[in-house]
Amino acid sequence: MTNEFIKEKLTEKFGEQLTEWNEPYGLLTFTAPKDLNLKVMTYLFDESSLNFRFLTDLTAVHYPNRTGEELAVVYHLHNLVDNVRLRMKVFAPVAQPDVYTASGLFSSANWMERETFDFYGVNFVGHPDLRRILNVDEMDYFPMRKEFPLEDQTRIDKDDEMFGR
Amino acid sequence: MVDSPEGFTGEGFFATSFDKVVGLARKNSIWPLPFATSCCGIEFMALMGSHYDLSRFGSERVGFSPRQCDLLMVMGTIAKKMGPIVKQVYLQMAEPRWVLAMGACASSGGIFDTYSVLQGIDQVVPVDVYVPGCPPRPEAVIDGFMKIQELVHNESLRRRNSDKYKLLLESYGIQ
Repeated sequence: MTNEFIKEKLTEKFGEQLTEWNEPYGLLTFTAPKDLNLKVMTYLFDESSLNFRFLTDLTAVHYPNRTGEELAVVYHLHNLVDNVRLRMKVFAPVAQPDVYTASGLFSSANWMERETFDFYGVNFVGHPDLRRILNVDEMDYFPMRKEFPLEDQTRIDKDDEMFGR
Repeated sequence: MVDSPEGFTGEGFFATSFDKVVGLARKNSIWPLPFATSCCGIEFMALMGSHYDLSRFGSERVGFSPRQCDLLMVMGTIAKKMGPIVKQVYLQMAEPRWVLAMGACASSGGIFDTYSVLQGIDQVVPVDVYVPGCPPRPEAVIDGFMKIQELVHNESLRRRNSDKYKLLLESYGIQ
């Protein structure tokens, strides 16, 4: 199973909707439209010649410069039989970051989506229990977005000159 | 062995003031509660080992039940989610109780100036002694522990019922 084979099978099924094909360090990467993420993952899961049945990682990246699609949700899928990995990116606008949940397909997506919600504010539609997992429940901002400052603002003992502010 | 406090000795009796005796007894038998979270906890393990023995100061028995302990030693990074839990443990301790913040993270958040780390446990519980260091050497912790012993020795028996102490607890939201 090579990257070309996977790319062929995917373009056969989904055609031009999958864009930005790339292979950084040999890991096949592509971008799918927001509404198709579950369909693509289900196809990769069910198709016996592809067999991507392990969701390794689910996370997000905030690109403030890509207006209209700032939040990228990144899925890493793995084929345990042939030892092949795949990366799928899905972009969502920060004004309405709704993405379909993968927790129906992969149980590990449950907590990983809660973490992504906690840190980036991505709303996973259909998630059974979407609430903060690692941060304090009362937090009302999303820490990993780029507009959030790096340091805690309540420290009064730090010398601004030495810390380059 | 410790020196006896000043008092009046006679044939078969020894008279001294109560708080001296109580202070002496308490200071040499402090039972700590090691609230070890991260790296400072490992240093505490080294401290309890035979090389830098803490049990020679009377802390042979460390307890993990707050009801039975005198000294809450908070060792390690406390996240904001862990703050209420430290407070809960502190509230469950019986008077008289003391708190020792070991390490930079427990004293002030340490190098972790971020959204998830509590910048010092003195935001949730009143602290008696801070031991700086990352991690502090066991000798430094012993120094802090000896300062706690001084505090215990010199504490007045009425302190825990005094108004000043009540005000201190109220400033932390503890009744």
